[in-house]
Amino acid sequence: MSVQKREVLPVKNSNDVVLARQKVRQLAVELRFSLVDQTKLVTAASELARNALDHGKGGSMTVEVIVNGARSGLKMVFEDQGPGIANIEDALKDGFTTGNGMGLGLGGSKRLVNDFSIETEVGKGTRITAVRWK
Amino acid sequence: MNDLAEIISQNEDRLRTEWIRTMSSSVERADLISKAEMNEQCGSILKEIVEGVKTSGPENLSGAGWNGTRELLSSISASRARQGFSPTDVATFVLSLKQPLFVLIRDKMGKSPDQLFETVWSSTRLLDSLALITTEAYTATREELIMRQQQELLELSTPVVKLWDGILALPIIGTLDSARTQVVMESLLQAVVATNSRYAIIDITGVPTVDTLVAQHLLKTITAARLMGAECIISGVRPQIAQTIVHLGINLEDVITKAKLSDAFGLALQRSGRAVVKTAAAAAANPLSGLFGKREE
Repeated sequence: MSVQKREVLPVKNSNDVVLARQKVRQLAVELRFSLVDQTKLVTAASELARNALDHGKGGSMTVEVIVNGARSGLKMVFEDQGPGIANIEDALKDGFTTGNGMGLGLGGSKRLVNDFSIETEVGKGTRITAVRWK
Repeated sequence: MNDLAEIISQNEDRLRTEWIRTMSSSVERADLISKAEMNEQCGSILKEIVEGVKTSGPENLSGAGWNGTRELLSSISASRARQGFSPTDVATFVLSLKQPLFVLIRDKMGKSPDQLFETVWSSTRLLDSLALITTEAYTATREELIMRQQQELLELSTPVVKLWDGILALPIIGTLDSARTQVVMESLLQAVVATNSRYAIIDITGVPTVDTLVAQHLLKTITAARLMGAECIISGVRPQIAQTIVHLGINLEDVITKAKLSDAFGLALQRSGRAVVKTAAAAAANPLSGLFGKREE
C-alpha cells in the first residue's frame, strides 16, 4: 500500500471543520469517487472532525490518497489529545452521546466508510482512522 | 541621539525626493495613488518621525512622541488596504526609506565609523518597527473587511419568501453552522408569525453536506415551528444526501420530506385545500399569442 498524497489540516475551531470538509471533497473529486461516495466521505469527515473538536478539544486531520494494487482510496486520520473514549462499544452505539448531539456521529461515520478503527487511551487522546475505497 | 532628527529635518526635501524615487523603482502603483498624494504623505511622515525622534528617541516607539507617526502610518496603511495594495507594497513603503536615509547618514558621519554605525543601527531598527506597524494596520483592516463580509453573508443567506397565502419557503444555501442556523431559525419563526403561515417549506438543495449536526438543527427548527402551529416540509433532498442520511441513521420519519421544492409546494397547496388547475383558456388569456396568431394570417 503506497501513499500518493498527504495533507495535514488543523481542527481547532468550527471554521476548520468546514475547511476539512472542503479538502476531503476536493480529494474525493480528484480521485473520481461517485457523487454518492463523495458525499459519504465528506459527511464522515464532517462528523469525525467535529468529534475531534467537541469531545477531543481540537486536534488535526490527515488525509491521504492511498493505492493498494489496482485499488485507490481516501484515508482520513483524526487525532486529538483530549480525554479519550472510556468505552468504545458504547460510543459506537446509536443514540449514545456524552455531549448534546444526536449520538449518531461515530456509528454513522463507521457505516459511511469501508475501514474504520479507533485507537484511544483515557486521558491521552484518540486517533480515528477511516478509509473508503473506490 | 538627536543627530538623527537633525539629519532628517535638515535634509527633508532631498530625503523625500530620494525616498519616492526608491519607492517607484521597486513598487510603482501609479494606478492606485497619485504622485502629489504620495509626496504629501511622505512629507508628513518625515515630519512626524523627526518629532518622534526628538521627543521620545528612536528606541521607545510606544512613547508619546511617536503617537503621531503611529496614527499616521496606521491610517495610511488602512486606506491602502482598502485601495487594494498588496502587503508587500505597504511594507515597502516604509522600508524604501532605508537606502536614502543611510546614504544621507554616511555623507554626514562618514568620518567617524562608530557614530556612523550607531546611527545606522538605530535608524534601521526604527524603520523596521515602523514597517511592522504598517503591516499590523494593514492586516487589521483586512480582518475588519472579512468580518463585515461574513456579517453581510449571514444576512444575505436567509431570505424567507412567501409562495402563497399561508405558505412560506426558506431556501437554505451553503454550510449550516451554529451561527447561521440561529439566524435561519429566527427568521423563519418570525416570518411564520408575521405572515400567519400554516406551512413552511425548508429547501436544502443548496446545502452541500447534511451531517448529524445539520440534521439536529433542522429538527429543532421544525419542532419550534410546530410549537407555533406551522407544519414544516423539507424539500431538495438529493439522492446522495438521502443515502448518507440513511447510513448515518438519522430518523426523519416524523418529518415530511420531498425531493423537489415544487412537490413540497404542491403538497402544501393540497393540504391547505387548494389545487393548481390547468385551464384551456390559457392561450386566449395571453395577449401575445393573439398577436402572433394574426401575423400568421
